[in-house]
Amino acid sequence: MSDETAGASSPPMVRMAGVDKHFGDLHVLRDIDLEVARGEVVVVLGPSGSGKSTLCRAINRLEPIDSGIVEIDGVALPAEGSELAKVRADVGMVFQQFNLFAHMTILDNITLAPVRVRGVSKSEAQERARALLDRVGIGDQSGKYPAQLSGGQQQRVAIARALAMQPKVMLFDEPTSALDPEMVGEVVEVMSDLARDGMTMVVVTHEMGFARRAAHRVVFMDGGEIVEDTTPDSFFSRPATERARDFLGKILTH
Amino acid sequence: MDVLLDNLNQFLTRFGGTIGLFVLSAIASLVLGVLLAALRVSPVPAMRAVGTGYVTLLRNTPLTLVLFFFALGFPRIFFDLPFFVLAVIGLSLYTAAFVCETVRGGISTVPEGQAEAARALGLAFLPTLTLVVLPQAVRTVVPPLTSVQIALLKNTTVAAGFSVFEAGGFYRAVNEQGGSTLVALLWVALGFVILVVPLTVLQRRLEKRWSVAR
Repeated sequence: MSDETAGASSPPMVRMAGVDKHFGDLHVLRDIDLEVARGEVVVVLGPSGSGKSTLCRAINRLEPIDSGIVEIDGVALPAEGSELAKVRADVGMVFQQFNLFAHMTILDNITLAPVRVRGVSKSEAQERARALLDRVGIGDQSGKYPAQLSGGQQQRVAIARALAMQPKVMLFDEPTSALDPEMVGEVVEVMSDLARDGMTMVVVTHEMGFARRAAHRVVFMDGGEIVEDTTPDSFFSRPATERARDFLGKILTH
Repeated sequence: MDVLLDNLNQFLTRFGGTIGLFVLSAIASLVLGVLLAALRVSPVPAMRAVGTGYVTLLRNTPLTLVLFFFALGFPRIFFDLPFFVLAVIGLSLYTAAFVCETVRGGISTVPEGQAEAARALGLAFLPTLTLVVLPQAVRTVVPPLTSVQIALLKNTTVAAGFSVFEAGGFYRAVNEQGGSTLVALLWVALGFVILVVPLTVLQRRLEKRWSVAR
């Protein structure tokens, strides 16, 4: 398992230190310190507007930060440009709205970056894409366009697209929030498989079931701060702060 | 009909000049306009400033002044070129500003998430633009871009004022031989209507083609 091979000398896969960000007057990230070890699955919870999505997007600099440090595998994120693109290639990202390329077939969606960024040959990229599609359970849809697929299928393609780059870490920004309820399960299942295979993951979600089962750590955010950072078991059964208790009370009573 | 038949050779060669001006300027303005649009959406502030400055300058200057500059100013400051070439340069630079704004408008109709997904996969700015954003902008851009090019086609007549041999000057040639200016102008108008038809057909074809690709 990759999390066991990670010795004390190897840097954390993701490190954020003293990260601050404002949207105008709104202080969306307040002095964020977060480390994610190799092979670790960290679920970020919090009420809407707590900054959890911004935190996730700051990890690959889709959201630039005002101050602080973000490192991927020991490398500080460079400024916008080709160096940043190189780092991003190693960081898979799955969005709430899937964001599959609407004008490309499923297969082309998956092969685009491996061919263009990694320089993989087209035939090899296609072979790998087909294997990934099989892995996420939609091997028979490769010739279709995104709009022809259900939301759950699109999100699984989006996961396959990110995996095709063989990323060191995967970011999930509310991957099930835009899905019809009956499609949540199939996406969560793919994510759980990934977690079991030892992928390093940062998952912003409202899926408490996933957090309980698959997460190694739960990070609870509120008001742009990390309020709790603990194991799922302790977070759900013994939340340490009033804010976490309040949040859990609201979501678990419904 | 006599006006046309007596001067048919003149009429046809002049429209030949119009078509030449148009085709060359259309190609140049499309290429330059897309490059300018890329500048205007680039992440580098200096590049954006160049794009914005260009559009502000060229789009807000009357075409007649732009052509005046190229017909009279350019040869003095730089070097002599045939009027035809100068007219192509002037028309291209002027029209490129409009192409740029049209393409930029099309780019803004493509959801932000498309570019974000491309960037998150490690694609740099240019491949993100050319492989992901522009192909999706094409469909919305084709109709307004056709209008810009039709305007260019008609704007070529302004070059007649600078002794470029094209259709806008036909009435003067007819007038010099004692023919009716009014009739000559009507024939020219008809000629332009006929020239615009293939553009409209092309627009429909492109719209159809890109709508299937979705």
